[in-house]
Amino acid sequence: MTTPTRRRSAAVRLGLMALPLAFFALFFAYPVAAITGRGLKEDGQWQLGRVGDVLTDPAIGHVLWFTTWQAAASTALTLLVALPGAYVFARLDFPGKGVLRAVVTVPFVLPTVVAGSAFLALLGRGGLLDQLWGVRLDTTVWAILLAHVFFNYAVVVRTVGGLWAQLDPRQEEAARVLGASRLRAWRTVTLPALTPAVASAALMVFLFTFTSFGVVQILGGPRYATLEVEIYQQTAQLLDLPTAAVLTLVQFAAVGVLLAVHARTVRRSEATLRLVDPAHTAHRPRGAAQWALLCGVLGTALLLVVVPLAVLVQRSLDGPGGDALAFYRALGSAESGGGTFTVAPLEAVGNSLEYALAATAVALLVGGLAAAALTRRAGRLARGFDALLMLPLGTSAVTVGFGFLIALDEPPLDLRSSWLLVPLAQALVGVPFVVRTMLPVLRAVDARLREAAAVLGASPLRVWREVDLPLVGRAVAVAAGFAFAVSLGEFGATVFIARPDSPTLPVAVARLLARPGESTYGQAMALSTVLMLVCAAALLVLERVRVRVRTDGGSEW
Amino acid sequence: MNTTLRRAVVATAAVALGLPALAACGGSGDSAAGSGSGDGDKTVRLVSHDSFVASKDVLDEFTKETGYKVQVIKGGDAGAAVNQAILSKSHPQGDVFFGVDNTLLSRALDKDLFTPYEAKGLDRVPARLQLDAGKHRVTPVDFGDICVNYDRAYFADKKLDPPRTFADLVKPEYKDLLVTENAKTSSPGLAFQLGTIAAYGDDTWQDYWKQLKDNGVEVVDGWEQAYNSRFSGSAAGRKAGGDKPLVVSYASSPPAEVMGVTPAPAEAPTGVATGTCFRQIEFTGLLKGAKNTKGGQALIDFLLGKRFQEDMPLQMFVNPAAQDARLPELFTKYGAAIPEPGTMDPQRIAEHRDEWIKKWSSLVLK
Amino acid sequence: MTMLRLEDLTVRFGGQAVLDAVDLAVGEGEIVCVLGPSGSGKSTLLRVVAGLQRAEAGRVLLGGRDQDGVPTHRREVGLMFQDHQLFPQRDVAGNVAFGLRMRGAGRAETAARVAELLDLVGLPGAGARPVRELSGGEQQRVALARALAPGPRLLMLDEPLGQLDRSLRERLVVELRTLFRRLGTTVLAVTHDQGEAFALADRVVVMGEGRIAQAGTPLEVWRRPASEFVARFLGFENVVAATVRGAVAETVWGPVPVPSGTAEGACRVLVRPGGVRIAPDGHLACVVAGRTFRGDHVVVRLRPEGGPELDAACALAVAPEVGASVRVGFAAEDVVVLP
Repeated sequence: MTTPTRRRSAAVRLGLMALPLAFFALFFAYPVAAITGRGLKEDGQWQLGRVGDVLTDPAIGHVLWFTTWQAAASTALTLLVALPGAYVFARLDFPGKGVLRAVVTVPFVLPTVVAGSAFLALLGRGGLLDQLWGVRLDTTVWAILLAHVFFNYAVVVRTVGGLWAQLDPRQEEAARVLGASRLRAWRTVTLPALTPAVASAALMVFLFTFTSFGVVQILGGPRYATLEVEIYQQTAQLLDLPTAAVLTLVQFAAVGVLLAVHARTVRRSEATLRLVDPAHTAHRPRGAAQWALLCGVLGTALLLVVVPLAVLVQRSLDGPGGDALAFYRALGSAESGGGTFTVAPLEAVGNSLEYALAATAVALLVGGLAAAALTRRAGRLARGFDALLMLPLGTSAVTVGFGFLIALDEPPLDLRSSWLLVPLAQALVGVPFVVRTMLPVLRAVDARLREAAAVLGASPLRVWREVDLPLVGRAVAVAAGFAFAVSLGEFGATVFIARPDSPTLPVAVARLLARPGESTYGQAMALSTVLMLVCAAALLVLERVRVRVRTDGGSEW
Repeated sequence: MNTTLRRAVVATAAVALGLPALAACGGSGDSAAGSGSGDGDKTVRLVSHDSFVASKDVLDEFTKETGYKVQVIKGGDAGAAVNQAILSKSHPQGDVFFGVDNTLLSRALDKDLFTPYEAKGLDRVPARLQLDAGKHRVTPVDFGDICVNYDRAYFADKKLDPPRTFADLVKPEYKDLLVTENAKTSSPGLAFQLGTIAAYGDDTWQDYWKQLKDNGVEVVDGWEQAYNSRFSGSAAGRKAGGDKPLVVSYASSPPAEVMGVTPAPAEAPTGVATGTCFRQIEFTGLLKGAKNTKGGQALIDFLLGKRFQEDMPLQMFVNPAAQDARLPELFTKYGAAIPEPGTMDPQRIAEHRDEWIKKWSSLVLK
Repeated sequence: MTMLRLEDLTVRFGGQAVLDAVDLAVGEGEIVCVLGPSGSGKSTLLRVVAGLQRAEAGRVLLGGRDQDGVPTHRREVGLMFQDHQLFPQRDVAGNVAFGLRMRGAGRAETAARVAELLDLVGLPGAGARPVRELSGGEQQRVALARALAPGPRLLMLDEPLGQLDRSLRERLVVELRTLFRRLGTTVLAVTHDQGEAFALADRVVVMGEGRIAQAGTPLEVWRRPASEFVARFLGFENVVAATVRGAVAETVWGPVPVPSGTAEGACRVLVRPGGVRIAPDGHLACVVAGRTFRGDHVVVRLRPEGGPELDAACALAVAPEVGASVRVGFAAEDVVVLP
């Protein structure tokens, strides 16, 4: 009775993986391989000598070094600043917590064009720091690092804080009773339990900062270039595909190493955690130390995250002649800016919502199936698959965009004039978020619950629908919200993909910013504020879901 | 939100059902973007960069005149769009390409992107814009000049004459006043560099940049940062506390500053140093392998036609190539005439571009 | 008729045999209880029958049909998990109705059957209660109702009463047996608690290290443990090496009478505590090392001059104090010769 059962469960797993695999093969692996192959192959001959040429170029070496160390420094700094934040959001109760948690997440989904310029208002000339202490950090590496903290604060707060809130405080109490000091109890009980989440967050931050593009360009000035910037220049500006191909491979290798290290860290410290309802673990601050911590965290969040966002809003309201809503009214008319758009900028909101909804649907379908497949068994194959899903996060948008162009150019795959291309590219970025969010919860579902359903006559599909789905409802909602917000703010892939002309919000903002004139600039700020509000609203809805639906397990985000 | 829902459902179903469905709904999904690639005879596909804009009623007029609908496909900035067109040469994305300028022209022509076509009305375009006059592979549609812009208020305040030429920029009275863009990453930045090379020649342009550097030129990565954050003359820069009264921008930037401002001021808040200009000319061409050659030719004729040429200035802030196209009042009143802009043979640009950028980077950015 | 037959069933985890060539049959309407210490492979046995676990070798036949290749949800068996595994997001009725819904039962039919089963398990009208609020005993009843609802051909219970406190357990085991008898349910239960097994089962199967050590009625197994392993698992400590000569076995405790017809030679003998008689004329001198109350009698721990300690059961009134010196003899009817 052995083999058929085994074969069947393998078949089920393959069946679940088939769609995600096909999706990634078609919309990621194939296009990226096509563009890389075009770079490395000349007249049917592999030009592997190019690899050596590029890698020994001192200028490239400099870029590689800068890319790596700024990512490492940004990650360390982000952890340093955001871990206390994770604790405060997880364990302390204070009014406005939900709103603040949504607000600190806004930068993460804001296009860098917008956030970068807002950030200048804090660090740049005439910025807050300049006015208060005469400190100017723009065009220094500090600006890049701090902006990376600004963008990734939420990643750490959500990933680590989400788990922290669900750790049973009684475990730490037990250690205290056994004679451990407060710090020691934290170090020996809580920290090991948090390690996978911290590692996961650090990995994500490193990935995002390693592939940083807009921040480095806007805040760092022309002296700083990351690998991603270099790939963009080689591909989009210089059309030096061989160099771009080698750099893409280098980036892949780096991301591959990262993912491997991450997988090892998580596996080594993987333990069944006692998770409890987060509503029971948080309390009002007690004692001077906790109040000080709370104030410190709130102050940091205010300075780093809220002030730049507030500057954006303030500029959007600074209409001519003191008319606060002038720019917003201008957004509604197609004649805005004397005809910068064939469609009114506000229509971009509609386009963005449509794209984001489509991208979310695709990401949920693909990511959900992938997560379901990965839940079934954590074999080596599954881990490889897991890593594969993360790769798009570490791939240059320009590589993917140009890859689409040359790979998906023949029927029935000629999608180049289809609106679908944009949501598909956005979904590539959304899928890892969906998988990361759903997987821990799915893994936390007791396998015997599924067995109980099977014994009662439920087929595997039915088991998924009847047992898993209701339990992961909240995770699905959170995943959907993230995928939605990320595609809403997605800029890179969208601009590099040749597509029919229906601009999304970030594209419209960039287009407005690229024109001179008071009105267009004000409208760019107003549109950014709209984008911010839409994102914040989506995230606030998630907060509500988080409160209302009670399930077990922690999300990795 | 009916369309929204429908799109979400279509997208999900498409992924679920696989490729046939994908291909099928590519044509039917989007109302805003036109009717897709299905009906090749009735649609002309125009491939361009992100800055391409045209009034809807102008494009509607083209449809009314010729029966062709225009589907615009955009991808990236000017450089990226040209490179995309080169990469997809074997299966072009559309019928007509718009937006290759003289700094990129040679690359496109060397790669044999275009089918020759002599547009109707080419006689209305001055000869100096017709860089491919003999072969007609590309047709000039518009031009614009990259020049140093200055903040009028600053110089009036300081009782200082604004600079007029490249030579002025290295004078001590203009020390630490200029912000320009990275030639590696920004098209105006590159144009400004080419302007200095056109003016000083192969041998001495580097010396000029050394002087410029000694005189405190600041380089930022993109036009947006330079103009919106650092330049003290623009509306955005004023708000952001811009500290540089000189910036490398477009000759059309001063009119743009005035647009939408009521009541209209007597002069623009910014001016143009007319001796620091480099001319960019944008071309259009019929892509090799176009599915709709007839429609493509009609579209090129239309782009050069009076209607489009007169619509263009306020849409894209460029000058029409056709001499008979009337400039809007905004341009005539607030714009500057550039009598002798710098120019350069596209072939020479193509040959030296990478080398010049490298030299410039090591000279200026280090 | 045989409802379940296992033939030569083998399961290995990492080279270790968890089930080692197990043969077992359960007749229709029979209640069989597999008894064994933890780690003896009992739960694995149930999982193989349910199709949740693959076997390396052997066959599972349900109603005469080989179940090879039949997935869990088509085997029409019921399984009650040790910790119940009620669906947390459903109420009581939702849990009980689950199997009926999977079989496509109609709404009215389902509702009627759910009510009937809740009555049966003693929770009438509890359908709308959330399962989180149930006590351990109530959860156990709901789990039972859920398993019975679709009318499985074979009901399997994994440590059915394991998590409940003692008095509840003793009451429920009687209820369960009565219920199964009434419904004619075929039951295969596993437990490590001999009291539970003997109270519930028609037939007891003792397992150790993946093998069946003994099978028989509770009385048979209790009276005649087949091996030292079974004897010790049942709680009998008085086992000693012996050499049989005629009607007597020579041991370190002195001569022990054995049933007539016992083969001569070396063996081990078990003297049940009831057969260790404290009497002044006993031949073995011992000191009382401890006493344990067992309700209606006392088990006295005795330390003889030579050999291992032994237990004696005596009436409450006559039990000697700790430290007292006593003499004991052995009664032939409570002696079992083990291989």
